[in-house]
Amino acid sequence: MYEIIEGFVEAIRLIVTLDPDVIAISARSVIISLTATVLATLLAIPLGATIYFGTFRGRKGLINLIQTLYALPTVVVGLLIFLLISRVGPFGFLRLLFTPTAMVIAQTVLILPIMTGLTISALSGVDPVLRDTLRSLGATRLQFLVNIMKEARFAILAAVAIGFGRAISEVGAAILVGGNIMASSFASSTRVLTTAISLETSMGNIPESIALGIVLLMIALGVNLAITTVQHR
Amino acid sequence: MQRRTLFAVAAVMVALLLICGCTGTTSDPTPIATEKQQLRIATTTSLYDTKLLAQITPIFEEQYNAEVLIVSAGTGKALEYGQRGDVDVLMVHDRAREDTFIGDGYGVNRRVFAYNYFVIVGPESDPAGIKGMQPEAAFVTIREKGMASESDVIFVSRGDNSGTHSKEKAIWKAAGLNYSADVQGSGDWYQEAGKGMGATLAMANEKQAYTLSDIGTYLAYKGDLDLVTLVDEGDILLNIYSAMQINPEKYPDVNSTVAKDWVNFMISDDVQKEIASFGVDQYGQPLFYAAQNDWEKIGVTQAEVKDPVL
Repeated sequence: MYEIIEGFVEAIRLIVTLDPDVIAISARSVIISLTATVLATLLAIPLGATIYFGTFRGRKGLINLIQTLYALPTVVVGLLIFLLISRVGPFGFLRLLFTPTAMVIAQTVLILPIMTGLTISALSGVDPVLRDTLRSLGATRLQFLVNIMKEARFAILAAVAIGFGRAISEVGAAILVGGNIMASSFASSTRVLTTAISLETSMGNIPESIALGIVLLMIALGVNLAITTVQHR
Repeated sequence: MQRRTLFAVAAVMVALLLICGCTGTTSDPTPIATEKQQLRIATTTSLYDTKLLAQITPIFEEQYNAEVLIVSAGTGKALEYGQRGDVDVLMVHDRAREDTFIGDGYGVNRRVFAYNYFVIVGPESDPAGIKGMQPEAAFVTIREKGMASESDVIFVSRGDNSGTHSKEKAIWKAAGLNYSADVQGSGDWYQEAGKGMGATLAMANEKQAYTLSDIGTYLAYKGDLDLVTLVDEGDILLNIYSAMQINPEKYPDVNSTVAKDWVNFMISDDVQKEIASFGVDQYGQPLFYAAQNDWEKIGVTQAEVKDPVL
């Protein structure tokens, strides 16, 4: 019990004194996961819309597959990306293994299914009356699309937030393709909140682990608050 | 329909641009960094967990204007990274597997820079009563006591193909036991952690179990542990650390110049002094011994500790 209290006190100290390591690791986490979320958003929204509005064979099966991939284990994504970008792999020539870029790619792949799936759900949730109205008013395809998207924007925003949450909280892929490197320059390092917590705990540095855990929770809280604010406006 | 396709194409293009952008910023964040060479090292966990590498890396970075990127993994994983050409240098401690690795043409220019000893640690109460035994006898006793009914004797193994795990297997073999048949899966007394040395020690501590550890990591973690050294003598406990380059003939784009610099740096007089004195202030004894003048004692060739890579 004493260890936990002591850990929390030290954790608060590390946070309020803006410990440089804690700041760097937190900032790196946000940058990497945010980049992955932006990429995944750019892919997931068009993909989700294409699947939702599309009429093609196997559409139901595809949606089922996407929903199954919600539970895609992070280490499996990590392993897959590792095999692809390792030097002997097909993309080895890019020398991406153990870089932040590799982590961005892995996290993008990881959250793409859930964001695509939730985009489809968001579009399904749009009142059918609106669709009929738009059609009867003679909207062009583009106008139709834009208006439906507009109506679904809050649900899509929630999809983005969930994607970001999954990206920043995963550890399996980050450690496999990032390598948990703490280099002298910010941009070459691949240590993020989750991998740092894992390492610090294994090294017995409990206060650091707790501090990083608190930061991770605060980021999640911040994102949630931001989304709720936007949705209620 | 066409517009939608256009949008999708545009999205993919933006995505690609972003990826290129990220790659750009990661490799050259500042003008100075563009001249810097990157050196990728895969290391055994003991050199990392004891913070020995954290101590000497900045010296190298300054001297050679390089940036050192360290991936800490067990020796087994490090060898795997090396075999795939994902790193430039390996720092490992498993002579037998290193020999195979070099024999297969993946590694070159191995140099021995440090050594220490493995120890068998366990709870102070020593329920199996192994204190002061030879390592082989201690292992046999732990197994016997562990397999007895209602026993509280547990052995936590690294179980991760690391150098320490290799050594553990070698001790079981020397004790006349077949590792996979007689030890693994022979009962709840034998538990595989699948983690690094520090984490394994922490686990052994939670379970008040026995484990095999390199002395360096044990000393570095000792403050947080209720585990004591029970067996620390026996020829088989010798632990030799080497650095080697990944063969540039196998992987032409490994950074062989700076890798060579690193190997030579590790056997340089300055670093050998650093190694010999590392941790003495904090732990009252060195965590590692410098290999430089002890090549005969540890049974390696003089060339391996002294001759710089050309």
